Amino acid sequence: MTERLFEGADWDFHTLQRITDACEEVALKDLGLDVYPNQIEVITAEQMLDAYSSVGMPLFYKHWSFGKHFAFHEASYRKGLMGLAYEIVINSSPCISYLMEENTATMQTLVIAHAAFGHNHFFKNNYLFKQWTDADGILDYLDFAKNYVMQCEERYGRTEVERTLDAAHALMSHGIDRYPGKKKLDLRAEEKRAGRRRQHEEEVFNDLWRTVPAGKSKTRSALSIERRRKLLGLPQENLLYFLEKSAPRLAPWQRELLRIVRHIAQYFYPQSQTKVMNEGTATYVHYRIMTQLHQQGRITDGNFLEFLGSHTNVVFQPEFDDPRFSGFNPYALGFAVMQDIERIVTRPEDEDREWFPDIAGKNDVMGVLRDVWANYRDESFIAQFLSPKLMRHFRMFHLHDDPEERAGIRVDAIHDERGFRRVRRELARQHDVGYIDANIEVVDVDLSGDRRLILHHHVIKGSQLNETDAKRVLQHLADLWTYDVALIEVDANDKVLREYVVSPRPIAAAVA
Amino acid sequence: MPIHIIDRRLNPGGKSLENRQRFLRRAKSLVQGAVKKTSQERDIKDVLEGGEVTIPLDGMHEPRFRREGGTRDMVLPGNKKFIEGDYLQRSGQGSAKDSGPGEGDSEDAFRFVLSRDEFVDLFLDDLELPDLAKRKIAQTESEGIQRAGYTTSGSPANISVSRTVKLALARRIALKRPRKDEIEELEAAIAACTDEDEREVLLAQLEKLKAKSKRIPFIDPIDIRYRRFETVPRPVAQAVMFCLMDVSGSMSEHMKDLAKRFYMLLYVFLKRRYKHVEIVFIRHTDRAEEVDEQTFFYGPASGGTLVSSALQAMHEIVRERFNPADWNIYAAQASDGDNSYSDGELTGMLLTDKILPVCQFFAYLEVGESGGSAFDLSDSSLWSLYERLRNSGAPLSMRKVSERSEIFPVFHDLFQRRETSQEKAAP
Repeated sequence: MTERLFEGADWDFHTLQRITDACEEVALKDLGLDVYPNQIEVITAEQMLDAYSSVGMPLFYKHWSFGKHFAFHEASYRKGLMGLAYEIVINSSPCISYLMEENTATMQTLVIAHAAFGHNHFFKNNYLFKQWTDADGILDYLDFAKNYVMQCEERYGRTEVERTLDAAHALMSHGIDRYPGKKKLDLRAEEKRAGRRRQHEEEVFNDLWRTVPAGKSKTRSALSIERRRKLLGLPQENLLYFLEKSAPRLAPWQRELLRIVRHIAQYFYPQSQTKVMNEGTATYVHYRIMTQLHQQGRITDGNFLEFLGSHTNVVFQPEFDDPRFSGFNPYALGFAVMQDIERIVTRPEDEDREWFPDIAGKNDVMGVLRDVWANYRDESFIAQFLSPKLMRHFRMFHLHDDPEERAGIRVDAIHDERGFRRVRRELARQHDVGYIDANIEVVDVDLSGDRRLILHHHVIKGSQLNETDAKRVLQHLADLWTYDVALIEVDANDKVLREYVVSPRPIAAAVA
Repeated sequence: MPIHIIDRRLNPGGKSLENRQRFLRRAKSLVQGAVKKTSQERDIKDVLEGGEVTIPLDGMHEPRFRREGGTRDMVLPGNKKFIEGDYLQRSGQGSAKDSGPGEGDSEDAFRFVLSRDEFVDLFLDDLELPDLAKRKIAQTESEGIQRAGYTTSGSPANISVSRTVKLALARRIALKRPRKDEIEELEAAIAACTDEDEREVLLAQLEKLKAKSKRIPFIDPIDIRYRRFETVPRPVAQAVMFCLMDVSGSMSEHMKDLAKRFYMLLYVFLKRRYKHVEIVFIRHTDRAEEVDEQTFFYGPASGGTLVSSALQAMHEIVRERFNPADWNIYAAQASDGDNSYSDGELTGMLLTDKILPVCQFFAYLEVGESGGSAFDLSDSSLWSLYERLRNSGAPLSMRKVSERSEIFPVFHDLFQRRETSQEKAAP
């Protein structure tokens, strides 16, 4: 019989090493995973709280809002309202996993299998992460960002920097490129470019250029609207990018700060689109690894039962009328679909053959799953792989709530033959960031007039912006733009529903 | 594939400390308001323990573009009896919570825990002893340490590694100490060398290099530098606070409680903000005695009332120990305002002639019964006496307190930081 990895709940660093080696063996040989090198770090609860408040990153620039989150988490943790995560894993190379010191040996095994192999494989192979994140460069970039912000604070004063960052944070959710550009993001080069850009500006600065008379070939009025919009790259949905490039009165360092916030938002963009898949993958991987280790006799029955206990908690899905219900649990949904794919690939029924002709009975579970993990995001994953059997299992139904409808909320579809496809489409849409985030874009700038910036919010299904928040965000936007900003909410028929106009606060104008 | 397992638990904690302080600084006025509000409901000892405060989230809100309203579609698990086309009645709240990505920031108040130090600091932040003018350098306790370059001798704890290594490097280069890779290169050359004669030459060369590197040490004692510190005197303003408390029979338990709370606060304030403030406790009935803080706050006493006895005691102590030329002198007196009729004149005289001229600030706190309606009817004998003095320009601050919750506001009021003290008169 193979040697046990550990006995009881205690562990030390040799145990962790043995556990990791065992997990790695299963992950690489049996599951055929492809992972970044692993770095496993053991931390205390307090350090976990620290990590929470800086969006899980090991280093980050200083800002009061992180302190606020820290105070909030700390208060609820101390009161026992909130448990801490067992681990945090960072999409970087090497892939860093933080383990809590309180975890028992079984939990550490679970967490290592989950984070260091499950999430790690997903980070390295999923197309969104490949496209949008630069795992090699992120830690260096964060270090650069931290120092850059610190230098700015020294040079331009903390209040100024804080004001810019506040504004940038408010616009963070709209500082993302949603469509891949020509170039892959290279964060290491970013850092060098920032320095070079500044140097270049200093070198070529020559006040004489101001006095050179403009050619008469193009007058302003000659610029057609189309041409102007093209020059400014409009319409533009990445508000931070637009401000960085086109805001007339920002100082170079302010542009660089916007750029930093934008890059960080972009780095997290894939994570928000793959919650279900990411957690599903990690949960499926830890389940496979733990089962395998148990079968090999390297984990005792008792420890395995402990594992099953926490595993069951993680994948628990309360029903809609349960007080604990707060939407679909990404772990539960992701894990269920992954297991279902395994079933379809190995033991398909007639229904599955009809719904999933490509994979039903293909027998290569890991091959299929690896392909799924690499090429889908939540929305397409659900749209493609949620099976009728699973919809019946979760007893899913689709509610349509139209405030105009007097009779109440309509049940639009349920888990029956007529409803499968509609339920599935609707659930997929719920996981589509394109639907979740407000669709706001810069459409025009009144260059010949008062330089007013004009944005449109394309209202979907009558859901408009929260007024107080919208005004505040627009205030930040106007402060950066330094002229008036107008936001117009239009519905699908271009009917104007509402218009906001905000002027910059005087102090920001004086500073720029 | 190498796996690194790292123990980070020993890393210095408090990585969020700075962010937290930034947050507190930004929310300062809000937190301060909350601290004052919280402290009114609490015992003084509890106040000093810190604790949870709640601030309105509004000022610290981080806005985002959020959508709301409109038609909503949701897919939910756990269908039991619905079939397609059913209508569900809307309940007030909506039976299902929105599963959208709204942040958990929607609560309208924000609760968090302040540490003891943070709490007291915020609590005492805008307080100050007025007119701390007479500065005199005290002989003791006033030395600070400051860096003063490098020295060739000192304690091992003060070795400056960077400076030492820099000097050692310079010396090694100057004396042409052979580098490690030079020796290695030569050794490799010897190993590769086939010619016997050349080998001899190389060996001799190696021998020479080795001898030289042995002669010239990597770090020589003459390289070693120590960080030097020197002490600098720091001027300290000397101040003394006299706490005069009436403990006579006419003071009810409630009044004594109020007075003691007030002094407790004063005590904490002084201890925390002014390291060099001496505190003298005097309690009096019909005679006065100087006591230690333990007796002052907890010792029982009872008797008649002669306010002048306390003033007399204070005057004597000032004359003996605290030369008004060197000391900033403050006094705070708490009493129910009763004084024996015959004592009024003497009290007034002592105050105007002896006490007030040497005092920077004299606070009088009159404590009354809870409810305090009778309290407003007529001024007590002491109050009217002091009022008369104040109107004639004496540096007197007077407040009345009859409820526990008034202690904090009154205290703040008395020791608020002022640009110019309007109650100050020429000493």
